[in-house]
Amino acid sequence: MSEEVLQQASPGLIPGSGTARAAKPTRLSPSFISWLQAGPMMLVFLAFFLIPLVFVVIVSFWDYNEYQLLPAFSGRGYTDTFEGCLAQLPDLCTIGKTYLKTLKLCFMVWAITLFIGFWVAYFLAFHVKSKTWQMGLSLLCTIPFWTSNVIRMIAWIPLLGRNGLVNSGLVKTGLINHPLEWLLFSEFSVVLALVHLFTFFMVVPIFNSMIRIDKSLIEAAYDAGATGFQTLVNVIIPLAKPGIVIGSIFVITIVMGDFITIGVMGGQQIAAAGKIIETRVNALQFPAAAANAVILLVITFLIITMMSRIVDIKKEL
Amino acid sequence: MSKTTGTKGVSRRTLLKGTAGLAGLAAGSGAITGFPYVKSADAKVLRYLGTAVNEGDDISKQCLKDTGIKIEYITATTDDVTKRVMTQPNSFDVLDTEYFSLKKIVPSGNILALDAKKIKQFDNITPVFTKGETPGGKKIGGQGTAPWKVLYLEGKDSKKFATSATEFVTLIPTVYNADTLGIRPDLIKRPISSWSELLNPEFKGKASILNIPSIGIMDAAMVVEATGKYKYADKGNMTKEEIDLTMKVMTEAKKAGQFRAFWKDFNESVNLMASGETVIQSMWSPAVTKVRSMGIPCTFQPLKEGYRSWASGFCVSKGVSGAKLEWAYEFVNWFLSGYAGAYLNRQGYYSAVLSTAKAHMEPYEWAYWMEGKPAEKDIKAPDGSLLEKAGAVRDGGSYEDRMGGVACWNAVMDENDYMVRKWNEFIAA
Repeated sequence: MSEEVLQQASPGLIPGSGTARAAKPTRLSPSFISWLQAGPMMLVFLAFFLIPLVFVVIVSFWDYNEYQLLPAFSGRGYTDTFEGCLAQLPDLCTIGKTYLKTLKLCFMVWAITLFIGFWVAYFLAFHVKSKTWQMGLSLLCTIPFWTSNVIRMIAWIPLLGRNGLVNSGLVKTGLINHPLEWLLFSEFSVVLALVHLFTFFMVVPIFNSMIRIDKSLIEAAYDAGATGFQTLVNVIIPLAKPGIVIGSIFVITIVMGDFITIGVMGGQQIAAAGKIIETRVNALQFPAAAANAVILLVITFLIITMMSRIVDIKKEL
Repeated sequence: MSKTTGTKGVSRRTLLKGTAGLAGLAAGSGAITGFPYVKSADAKVLRYLGTAVNEGDDISKQCLKDTGIKIEYITATTDDVTKRVMTQPNSFDVLDTEYFSLKKIVPSGNILALDAKKIKQFDNITPVFTKGETPGGKKIGGQGTAPWKVLYLEGKDSKKFATSATEFVTLIPTVYNADTLGIRPDLIKRPISSWSELLNPEFKGKASILNIPSIGIMDAAMVVEATGKYKYADKGNMTKEEIDLTMKVMTEAKKAGQFRAFWKDFNESVNLMASGETVIQSMWSPAVTKVRSMGIPCTFQPLKEGYRSWASGFCVSKGVSGAKLEWAYEFVNWFLSGYAGAYLNRQGYYSAVLSTAKAHMEPYEWAYWMEGKPAEKDIKAPDGSLLEKAGAVRDGGSYEDRMGGVACWNAVMDENDYMVRKWNEFIAA
């Protein structure tokens, strides 16, 4: 999908800039030029994001049967989704359990990627002095991305399995008697794979923020007698905040919607918000799938809103 | 729209969807470089939508050689095939799908029933499809969406299944098989004879079931019935209470840690079994063969409660007419004429017309695959790789024994919507 958007975007951009150049600048008002510049992106956004989204919301209120959508207003997609939520109290219903699990995984992955990502970025930005090395090491971080997402994920399976490398190594050294079952097809393996896949999305924006921190600010803090820790907390973290928030938004939105990694690494036994949508789509229950997509969107949007309350990204950028 | 652009459009879409993979790529590049097909107005090209079961380069090559029809495969999973029929009925010509999805596809009006009179071998199609019995006269279990319940339509454009034979056939049968549990005899070390073993605490953390609701629920029902907890009137069409009960049994097992993982595609099932993560699980016949060809013992275990069966066949898109429809008939007739049937039989599936397939197989191959006799010579796969050494006997034995032992068929239930919700609950539990 993203490639398609890019393909569509580039031909749009070229004629746009072409017209701007060809026109006589005196006849165009500055605001018109701004619109012209923003236009192509806006059109792409409209065509490939907003309009489909409106369709999803509309379809989520339709009815359906075994083989077709029935374009009549119905809240069935939503009521079915929350089925039993009141009756089963204080136990959680399916959707409640699913979101609790998804949020839990999301929080763990976020916390770990933030921790690792922050320190990798810190090392790259402050400890590596030469620009060449910074560039070289950043590129090194991208090496895992040279193979496909799926391969990076599946590569863990022979490593963590019951008869995998880790388990046979541990058994041979005598540390354990029986292979550890929780290494694979568990929350542990899901979090591990997600952290492996997405830490890089944390590193890049944080590094980008850190590299723009004026070095003289750190020197000033040092001259004023601040300890390393105080400099970190009072100077670096506040200034790296936009990077942290952008990285967090990347990771949280991806993990909230993920169902492939959770499926493969969790042995298809762990519920995920995205998984519900997939099952519904596969059963041709599009309105129910759309309703679940809207619910996921609302929850993710709430999280993002809360985060942007902490940092005003627009102002910081 | 000219044929050329039509072909390109499909290839592009399939590429974008990423489902067609190499088949789509080959078709796409063929449309650009293979000038005879673009230039000639009479190029016989059929876009073939289906799962990977019936597809093979050897089959399409042989078909081109024999009939001049070029097959462009559009490969997708069973669910995605159905989805495509519903949403893009003009994106394919020939449809290869399973009988159980007919309950969704036929009411949509997106497919065209084929005329039985134009199918040369129609009268030779195995009675498994037409009468629900084996050639030897054994009655086959009819629970679920058994093919003979949905084989005929009342009229050409009817959306109703006929109760007796008419000339309008929903799907011309091609391939089918009887599925059961796969086991690792080297790790279990004792005979397994019942579906109930799947929930035996002895295999805690080492069992698996497939995570495709419409098939998984059938396996689950076989297990529940085998444990003696409940006897279904029709496993393939449960009431809400029956669905609740089935899922309750499975959920308890899941919570107790019975399952190592669920699987969704062929390769996942092979990996689980080959790596020893699981020792007993629902499985498909070629997956068992694949594990065995890796040198790992794996048995497609016959069980006393019987097999869960599936079947698929051909129909065409409602948009197909004129010359193209004639090619489609020509293709279907070719498919039943023996080469493809023998190819499928050699993979452990069964072909719909047994007589023509037999003519294309060596007698020792027929004896091994169909008669359940010990292999006289080494048994080879269609690609020439070794499957079994001389002396081996097929799991479950002969065609009569295996198909005669079928208890139920893959199904779409009346309460499908409820079942899917309960399945999600099961995964979330």
